[in-house]
Order: sequence, then C-alpha cells, then structure tokens
Amino acid sequence: MNANELTSLAAIILFGALVSGSPLLFATIGEIFAERSGVMNLGLEGMMLVGAMSGFAVWANTGGMALGLLAGAALGALFALLHAFITITLRADQVVSGLAITFLGTGLASILGQPYVGLRVPQPTSLELPLIGSAAAEQVALIVLGVIFAPLAGYYLNHTRPGLNLRSVGEYPAAADSLGVNVAATRYAYVLFGGALSGFGGAAMSLVTDPGWVDGKTSGLGWIAVALVIFASWDPMRGMWVSFFFGLLRRLPLDLQNPALPLISTANNPQIGRMMDMLPYFATIFILILGSRKAMRKRMGAPAALGNPYVRGERGL
Amino acid sequence: MNYRIRIETRAENPAWVGVISSILGVALSLIVGGFVLRAAGSADPIATYREIFKEGFGAPADWQAGASALLANEPCPKGMLCFGPLSDTLVKTAPILLTALACIIAFRMKLWNIGADGQMFLGAWAATGVAVFLLPKETPRVLMLTAMALAGILAGLVYGAIPGFLKARLNINEIITTLMLNYIAYKMLEFFVVVGPWSIGDFESTGRFPTPATWPRLTELSKQIPITAGLTIHPGIFLGIAAAFILAWALYRSRWGYEIRVVGNNPKAAKYAGINLSRNIILVMALSGALAGLAGMNEAAALRELNGRFPRGYGFTGVIIAWLARLNPMAAIFVSFLFGGLLVGTKLIQPQGIASMLQGVILFVVVGTELLFRYRILLEKKEPAAQTEAGDAQP
Repeated sequence: MNANELTSLAAIILFGALVSGSPLLFATIGEIFAERSGVMNLGLEGMMLVGAMSGFAVWANTGGMALGLLAGAALGALFALLHAFITITLRADQVVSGLAITFLGTGLASILGQPYVGLRVPQPTSLELPLIGSAAAEQVALIVLGVIFAPLAGYYLNHTRPGLNLRSVGEYPAAADSLGVNVAATRYAYVLFGGALSGFGGAAMSLVTDPGWVDGKTSGLGWIAVALVIFASWDPMRGMWVSFFFGLLRRLPLDLQNPALPLISTANNPQIGRMMDMLPYFATIFILILGSRKAMRKRMGAPAALGNPYVRGERGL
Repeated sequence: MNYRIRIETRAENPAWVGVISSILGVALSLIVGGFVLRAAGSADPIATYREIFKEGFGAPADWQAGASALLANEPCPKGMLCFGPLSDTLVKTAPILLTALACIIAFRMKLWNIGADGQMFLGAWAATGVAVFLLPKETPRVLMLTAMALAGILAGLVYGAIPGFLKARLNINEIITTLMLNYIAYKMLEFFVVVGPWSIGDFESTGRFPTPATWPRLTELSKQIPITAGLTIHPGIFLGIAAAFILAWALYRSRWGYEIRVVGNNPKAAKYAGINLSRNIILVMALSGALAGLAGMNEAAALRELNGRFPRGYGFTGVIIAWLARLNPMAAIFVSFLFGGLLVGTKLIQPQGIASMLQGVILFVVVGTELLFRYRILLEKKEPAAQTEAGDAQP
C-alpha cells in the first residue's frame, strides 16, 4: 500500500467517523441546552427512537427527506413536551420521567414502526470528493450542518442575552426570577428545543447516516449522548468533538473489516469484530470515569440547579 | 359564578393513592394502548386485549375443563387449553419477579439500576458455563441446579457491584453505567454462543443442556396425572416467591432495611446518623445484581439451552413491575404474574411489540396519575371582596 492509498483510506475512515458521529452531535447538544436550563432529560434514547421511526415513516409515505427530518424533530419535541409538563409543571422526579419517556418511546417506535422494517431505503445522491471518492451528498450536508451548528450553539449559550438567561435559569433560578426571567417558560423552551434536536438526530440516523428502520435502531446511542454531555462539561463545542470521536469508535468495527488493512483487518476474524462492537459502551463508561476525576479536580461542570424543580418563594436553588 | 377551583399540594401521601393510581394507570394505559393499536392497524383493540388474556391466562371454560379432567384423572379434552396458559405464564413470572425484586431493592435506595437485563444475561452465562463446561454431565440434579444458581448469583453480584462501586467512589451516574453494561452483556453472550467458543457448529447455540442442568417440569408426571401433559411449569417460581418473602422481611423488619430506606429518602440525614453510605450503595447494587443473576440462571435452566435469542427486556419489565408494585415485594408477586400473562399472551399476537408498548404507556401513566394525586383539587367559595376587585379590574 503506498502513501496515496493510505491517505485516502485515512480520509475515508475520518469521513465515516464524522457521518456516524453526526446524529450523536445533535442529540448531545440538544441535551446540553436542556441541562443548562436545569432540566435533565434521560428520555433521549426514546426521543431519538421516535424521531428515527417517524422520520423514516414520513419519508416512506411522502418521499420527502427534509419533511422526514422535520417530522423527527417535531415528534422529539412532542415527547419532550410530556417530560417538560411532568417535571416543570408537576415537578416530578426528572429521573423517573426521563426513564418513562425512554420506555414509552421505545415501545411506540417498536409497534408503530413495524410496517417499515426492512423497507427500501433512501437512495443517496452521489457526490465526488477529493481523497474519499464518491460520497453521499446528504451525509456531507449533515456534517456541514453539524459543524456550523455547534459553534453557533456555543456562541448563543455563552455570548448572547438569551443564552445568559438560559444559563442563569440553570444555575440560580431564584435570581433569574427576581430579574424578570420567566423560569418555567425558559425551561419549557429549551427542553422542547433539546427534544427536537434529539428527534432530528434520530431521523438523521434512519434517513441519512444508517438508512433504514429496524426495531431498536439507535442501540443505546441516546444514552451515550447523555454520558457525552457530562464528558463535554456542558459545552457545545466540546460536545461536537466528543460526538465525532464516538462516531469513530462506532465505525471502527466496520472500518477494520476493510481488507486493505492486512495486519489488523477483522475480515477473516469475525470473533474480534464481535468484541469490537462493545467498544463504544466500554468507552462510555471509561469517559465517565475520566470525567468524574476531572470534575473532582476542577469542580467544574454541572449547572447548579440541575435536577431541581423551581417553586417561587421556596427555599433552595 | 362565585366558586373557584384551587389546587394545593397534599401534606401527606395516603396509602390508597398508590393503589388507586396503579389501578387507574393500568386502566388508562389499556385505553391509550387501544388507540395505539388502532393506529398500528388493529381493527378491534378490545378483541386483541381479549385474545391476549385468553392466551396468557386461559378462559373460564378452559379452567373448568381442566378442573373436571383433573378430578376424573383424564387428559385435557381436545380443543381446550386447560391449565396450559397459566403454566406458561408462571414460567415467565419467575424471571421477571426476580428482576422486579432486583429493581425494588435498588430503587428503595433511589439507586436507579436499569441494568437488571445485563445482570440477568451474565447470570445465565455463568450458570451455563458451570452446567455445560465445568461440572460433569452425571452430577445429581439438585447439586447441579444449586451450583448453577450460585454461579448466576455470583456473576450478577459482581456485575451489579461494578456500577455500585463507580457510584459510591466516583459519583458516576449509575443509570448510564448499568445501561452500558447491558449492551456489553448482550454482546458478550452473543460472542460466546453465536460466533464464539460455546457455539456448536453453525447452530449459534450451546445445544441442549444435560438433563440435570434443567428444571424438572410438571409434564414429567403425565404418566400418573394425565392432565399435566405438556405443562412446562417448574419449581423456579418458588425461588422468586421465596426471594420476595425474604426481601420483604429484610426491608420492613430488619435494621438494615430501615437504613437503606433512610439513605434513599435523605442521604444527608443518613450520613449524620452514622450510616455508611458508600458501603450500602455497593452492597445494594451487588444484591440487586445477584437477584437479577438468579433470574438469568432460572431462565437458562427453563429454556434448556443458551442461544442468541435469550430474551432481552426482562430487566426493563422488572423496572415497571417494581414501580407498579410501589416497591413492595409482596405486591410484586401479583404484578409479575399479570405481566407474565402479558408476555405470554402477546407472544403470538400481531402486531408484535404490544407488550413493550403497553409497558411504556403503563409506566408513564402511573407516574402521571400518581403526581395528579399529589395535589388536591378544592372547590371553594370566592370571597366577596375578591369578586369586586376582579370586577373593578375589568370594567
């Protein structure tokens, strides 16, 4: 293998990592917004599954890719609305409600998605790229969208007035309330926004990155996104980097089947391939351990009011 | 109108709230589920429910036929199900009761162990390893099953203790770690029995266990009692019921049960009272894992082989049962039986996935209704002063 081929192979692997990390990027940043406003939404997996299923269903019935992505986002937001109502208005435990969202989303996606299992999948528009060769235009567009979106989200959060309000609601809602920020409305808005982003991420998965619908499509990706939020210290730009890194891990078993890599190829060794499937899950636990060490050292990270309902006039953050 | 509706928080939560919201939750879930079934293309949701019940528990006519056949010492009449559905349901009740107990003990301490599924897989894996690859085939049945149970318990215990340790020492969210460990357990079992060292040829299975490593079934008595022909019910259910009684005693009658309840309700108070937090976290997660591991052994010995189709999701069913049973081990026996019927009843019915959908809806509605009961709605007379004020504001 000469240098040119090697560069091209590296580019292909990198492109694959960006593609498979993109759905994760949207879900992770969505959850960052919700958690920065003080609401933890553990329903990510359920919202992604519902988004993936409904996005695929809309595409299958109408043929509109953009329409499918929008439907995924809308359904994600709808489920987030349930979570918002139960945790913000009724002030229930955010953990239990999030779990219930995941159960509900998984079950609904499983039953309503049944007619769409194994159906024909969206055909990508071919695009010639240097080094990589032919690639799907939709995938390139998704990556570009993610790479533009992450810094914008970071700027919004850290350098704008509404971003400041959002952070203040998550850090010290009583103070924000006294300055005239509507705590409940702000939290509703960002929980919905986060839900829309994870629904969009799910739809992107079933339409663009891994086209097709099967039961349990996301295979734990939503939960990985929850973990990535912690590792990214609630910062959108870091969220983008770790999402792409996890995209690489998720792709690795596939990439290693490439017979062009004679030494480490798993093409003749399916057993190693099976073991590699565990990698993203091990890595998630590993980064949580790393993250906990860092959090202890620098005392940074979580919004102070994360997980606490706010009632005007009651004690506590 | 000089009445208005006022909503206020209940000062205390009376016991009936739990019972009512569980019942209301199930009823409401059936209604919501009916709409979902309609949307999924089922013409008559009520008929679907009726069929699920018949498949899961049998119809009164079946029980009658079974009872009279039992008295007459005859086999089950043709065309009747007799006790078949009940027997199948009890077989499925055993593992989900054990995973529900695993969730109950952890949830009592507000430790969200969502990993009973993975712990169960590991228990099944360890039990199989002992039965098929370690002990000789001629080991007496009691000894073999005991060894398998111990192996399952031990494997689940270790697998549960890992997230417990991470939570206690590094404060790592146990929900995420237990879930990740689920996926790792699925992949590991797949590795061993589908492509790996335990797979026999291309069957993607360990092959049939030696007889001593399987639960004795009631059907083995069909020579003496003809009605038992085909009944797969086995003593595993007693393991679950015994575990429920022991857990109930430990939770309500022992000092330790009181301790973990205090830790769950108020960790700070527990710390000041001198309760060792991190030791209890690890211990409870380990015990939770042990119960789930026992569920895995139980299911493996009932299925009589281990293959890539080992059932997923019993750990999640356990979460919902635990919640519906209000974390009460005795109530969990009853709820598990109902859910066992749901699992058996929905096995053959289209569309598939009814069970998981209903479970999701049930959990959601139960959480929701319980919250609504947290508030009391009062209808009270408006004070005249308030009325004139309102009138002034809007001329």
